[in-house]
Amino acid sequence: MILTIAAKELKSMFSSPMGWVILALLQFIFGTFFLIGVDQYFQTMSGAMRPEQRVGVTEFVGNNVFTMASFIMLFAVPLLSMRLISEERKNQTLPFLFSAPLSLTEIVLGKFIGLVGFLTVMIAIIGVMMSCLNLWADIDFGYLIANLIGLWLLVASFCSLGIFMSSLTQQPIIAAIITFVALFALLILDYFFASDPNSIFNYLSLLRHFEPFSRGLLDTRDLAYFVLFILTFIVFTVRRLDADRLRG
Amino acid sequence: MDNVTVEASALNRKYGVNTVVRDVSFTLHKGEVLGFLGPNGAGKSTTMKMLTGNLAPTSGSIKICGIDIIDRPKEAKALIGYLPEMPPLYKELTVDEMLTLSARLHGVTRINIKKAVQVAKERCGLTEMSGRLIENLSKGYQQRVGIAQAIIHNPMVVILDEPTVGLDPIQIREIRALIKELGGEHSVILSTHILPEVEMVCDRVQIIHKGQLVFNGSIEVLKQQRHGNRLLVGLRNAPSVEELLKIEGVEEVEKRADGRWVVRHAEGVAPAEAIVQAAVANGWGLYQITPDQTTLEEVFVQLTNQEVLS
Repeated sequence: MILTIAAKELKSMFSSPMGWVILALLQFIFGTFFLIGVDQYFQTMSGAMRPEQRVGVTEFVGNNVFTMASFIMLFAVPLLSMRLISEERKNQTLPFLFSAPLSLTEIVLGKFIGLVGFLTVMIAIIGVMMSCLNLWADIDFGYLIANLIGLWLLVASFCSLGIFMSSLTQQPIIAAIITFVALFALLILDYFFASDPNSIFNYLSLLRHFEPFSRGLLDTRDLAYFVLFILTFIVFTVRRLDADRLRG
Repeated sequence: MDNVTVEASALNRKYGVNTVVRDVSFTLHKGEVLGFLGPNGAGKSTTMKMLTGNLAPTSGSIKICGIDIIDRPKEAKALIGYLPEMPPLYKELTVDEMLTLSARLHGVTRINIKKAVQVAKERCGLTEMSGRLIENLSKGYQQRVGIAQAIIHNPMVVILDEPTVGLDPIQIREIRALIKELGGEHSVILSTHILPEVEMVCDRVQIIHKGQLVFNGSIEVLKQQRHGNRLLVGLRNAPSVEELLKIEGVEEVEKRADGRWVVRHAEGVAPAEAIVQAAVANGWGLYQITPDQTTLEEVFVQLTNQEVLS
């Protein structure tokens, strides 16, 4: 059932130009940064004489691509997540899902998985692109996989927040803007509280938890943070839809 | 009785301080077509939303084939097909895709999906539209897709909210025929504010007004109210009232402003023939004699006004 809804979401995504355009555009950007990364690697490394200055190609190019990817996703995810529920509200198609024998959790999870599935394709392509380097060099797959997992979790968190914002309004654009602002605030939260390293707000920052992954470090604390973040907003969305049923 | 399909008891629904549905109770049996009548804003749609689990009642309970929709929503919802006021269609899908999706979500098994889609399309006259995008279909066809998605899983109860709105007269007739056909094996609840429609397709009628049921009974009762026991008689040389009253079966005579007479007669007696004979014999100049029908609208207005007065 969950997968049926996910499949429907994927189909809707690909039946409008939106899905294709975003996929192509992002791929173009990632490809460009990958290329620049590889190009710069030779320039920089030829200048780096001492061994401690030298960085592996995976880390050098990976850092370039994944930092860019996390930033680009900040713009891309709100555009993709905005219509998930708000458009159904606007077109009054929600009763179709509500009167089918599905629980609200199944509906929300289905939509979430559909969207994450779409973005997983994109992340997988980044993975394949990075793995291409293995043809010429011996790349650090551990570093690459940690980065991919980190990016995937970051994107999934974006999605769950996006779905929740989408469930609050009838206007997809408003959902997109609010999602963007909220994500942006969460990302740069630790800049504001940089003076106080023990502040609780630092801990809430998404980027701070993405950072260990981008160093190739898998930390269960960060994993737990992302999982909790995703679950929280999925539960919020379910509650929001339930309120529709209760309050009308 | 075990063939009860819908059992609603003491349904109440409040929006804030407004009570939209007040103490509505009814039962529906298998094979019945129930018409929900009422003026705009009477609470028809709200009641239907509650029956399909789209809206939680403030108090009261709903059982679909004995399954409580609040306690076991999944099982109960599997037995219902629902067409809301606005047909809930994903415009970016084709008719086939939409119906397949609906069949899957309603738990039609994988091997039966193709057949279910085919049958639903045939029943709703959509066979030629299979590959068309719903977005490009006319309102009438969209409405049909809406009905098709509601009946695709062969539900016990079909709930249709104003199914004939926006259709042309030919389509309306087809949809009505379809509803009658559905009534054979399913229970159907439909809401409308078109009175003749109720008379044509429904077995039972409920009139809801300001959130309360003001009439709940067989369509026959309503029809009787409608036909009344009255004749409208036009006489050029009218005799006195006494002479008319002498005719067998006539109970009351009243002259209308336009010069015609309204003759009230006893139940089951038809004095029309006697009146014609008397008119011919006495040269009353009879030029018109018809049963005087109150329109359904009048009955409707009467029923809804009763409630206001009481």
